[in-house]
Amino acid sequence: MSDKNDVKIKIENLSLSFGGVKALIDVSLEIRNNEILAIIGPNGAGKTCLLNCISGFYKPQKGEIYFEGRRITRIRPDKAARLGLARTFQNIELFTGLSTLDNIMAARHVLMKQNFLSSALYFGWAHEEEIAHRRTVEDIIDFLEIEPIRKKIVGMLPYGMRKRVELGRALAIEPKVLLLDEPMAGMNLEEKEDIARFIIDIFEGQGETYPQSPVLRDGVNCIVLVEHDMGVVMDIADRIVVLDFGRKIAEGTPAEIRTNPEVIAAYLGEEKH
Amino acid sequence: MSLPSGTRNYTYAQDMAILRTKTHWALFIGLLVLLMAAPLYLSNYWLGVANLIGITLIAAIGLNILTGYCGQLSIGHAGFIAVGAYTAAVLTNRLELPFLVGLISGGLTAGAIGLIFGLPSVRVKGFYLAITTIAAQFIIIWVINHWSVTGGFVGIKVPYASIGGFVFRTETSQFYLIATIAALCTFFAKNLARTRVGRAFIAIRDNDLAAEVMGINLLYYKLLAFFIGCFMAGIAGALLAHWIGFLNAEQFSLTESILYIGMIIIGGLGTTVGPIFGVIFIRLLQQILTVQVVPFLERTFTMMPSGFATGVTPMLFGLVIILFLILEPRGLAHRWALLKSAYRLWPFSY
Repeated sequence: MSDKNDVKIKIENLSLSFGGVKALIDVSLEIRNNEILAIIGPNGAGKTCLLNCISGFYKPQKGEIYFEGRRITRIRPDKAARLGLARTFQNIELFTGLSTLDNIMAARHVLMKQNFLSSALYFGWAHEEEIAHRRTVEDIIDFLEIEPIRKKIVGMLPYGMRKRVELGRALAIEPKVLLLDEPMAGMNLEEKEDIARFIIDIFEGQGETYPQSPVLRDGVNCIVLVEHDMGVVMDIADRIVVLDFGRKIAEGTPAEIRTNPEVIAAYLGEEKH
Repeated sequence: MSLPSGTRNYTYAQDMAILRTKTHWALFIGLLVLLMAAPLYLSNYWLGVANLIGITLIAAIGLNILTGYCGQLSIGHAGFIAVGAYTAAVLTNRLELPFLVGLISGGLTAGAIGLIFGLPSVRVKGFYLAITTIAAQFIIIWVINHWSVTGGFVGIKVPYASIGGFVFRTETSQFYLIATIAALCTFFAKNLARTRVGRAFIAIRDNDLAAEVMGINLLYYKLLAFFIGCFMAGIAGALLAHWIGFLNAEQFSLTESILYIGMIIIGGLGTTVGPIFGVIFIRLLQQILTVQVVPFLERTFTMMPSGFATGVTPMLFGLVIILFLILEPRGLAHRWALLKSAYRLWPFSY
């Protein structure tokens, strides 16, 4: 499994600090093809910081990040997106003034070729391109079951729906790696089950259900999931990495993590004698 | 956007079209005919007002792209209009180049200057950016006043616009020139707003963090918004120069810049119809105040010292704008949307 070609993202000795606060300390891990990797840890453990480093928001002071063998440490976020890294945010970060449809269309940005002149003239090329991308976007909308809110302004949508739109927007980039930052935070059981189902469906690919949309047809074979809900994580993750106070304290299959004494200590606290 | 009951879209092209029903087409063609026939029913004076509205509209559309769609607040718009106006004036007056060369150069020069003053937008946003764009206003006007080429405080004369031997001498001919360019600008702005570039602009306005993660190059698109916005300001400036025939830096004051912000807010930020409504509203209000209200006040309050009415009008003007912002903060475009849905749903309320 740990064949060189299998590693999608390799993180080496990553350290990030804000002034005196050490957010990440010497974290090394591998994110592989064909796996859903969960990153868990108590609040403030550095999970989101790790995602922010990968997608280029934070500039780590030490260490390197490689994506498909290419160094992407301190990359500009829009370039990371072009390489095929898509993400969602813990606190939904949608384009609130746009409709669901336009939010997802906006994510097709890197895949479209219009410039401002052809956009302004519209007829012909831009029109064709808009329609071609609209097809894929409609497939994504269909897949996420958000057809009724297609033309609603996302600022007005309820929380669960907005989370879903955000997932759709990340999918629309046609990413090679999907980074999901707490996709189920603040949801009830039913909504969590929906999202878990979507994640698994995205991972497995939908094959001929969506023949024209590569991202849905072939799926995204590398998903990183930051999540608090242990039940979900244990169920859908292939591997789990545990962070605590910026350090990686454990890594392994759900079964291994469940019984790891350090993890239990980090979550439940240690008994002092 | 919903459709009238019973109307269905069967293709994405239908769904994306601007004019989608026969009524839309009828209204659109009717409006075009009404616009193009304006010289038939408007007096020369009101045709002049229409020309001013057209020129203002072109600049306001530019500001709407920059501020309304892309969210980059600019309080130097009159400065950029001045750049376009003086470029056209210098090229056509001193170098005796054709009108079209002056027009395009006016737009491009204003766009280029806009790029320079847009650079701070990479680092600062909102009010902070607004302050840096005020710098544009003052620096540009200072340069115009102190540079010999621009005629300094004396001003500069501008010849009539002319294309291929035809001289736009009358208000009527200028009306057709200005209306055509204003219509083209509206068309471009609408297309921009509904396609890739427009979505990138709105994405930056609504959430620059997420926009960047979605692969939108912030530097490029912010500067592009400045370029397009200032290019249109420059085009408007060039038209203004040829329309008035004489330029003086006082025509491009800070008040005018702020008025432009007022227009797009009153019209409705980030909408296509917004600038149209806002510009018509403000320019007509100015006209009505100076032509109707001032003489009325002078006649009614004879015991007041002379000139008091001219002093009162700015206050009335401000009052109307304040009332407007309190009563309809979402702009006239929102009222227009309500009206349209009321028409569509009639006789039901929703």
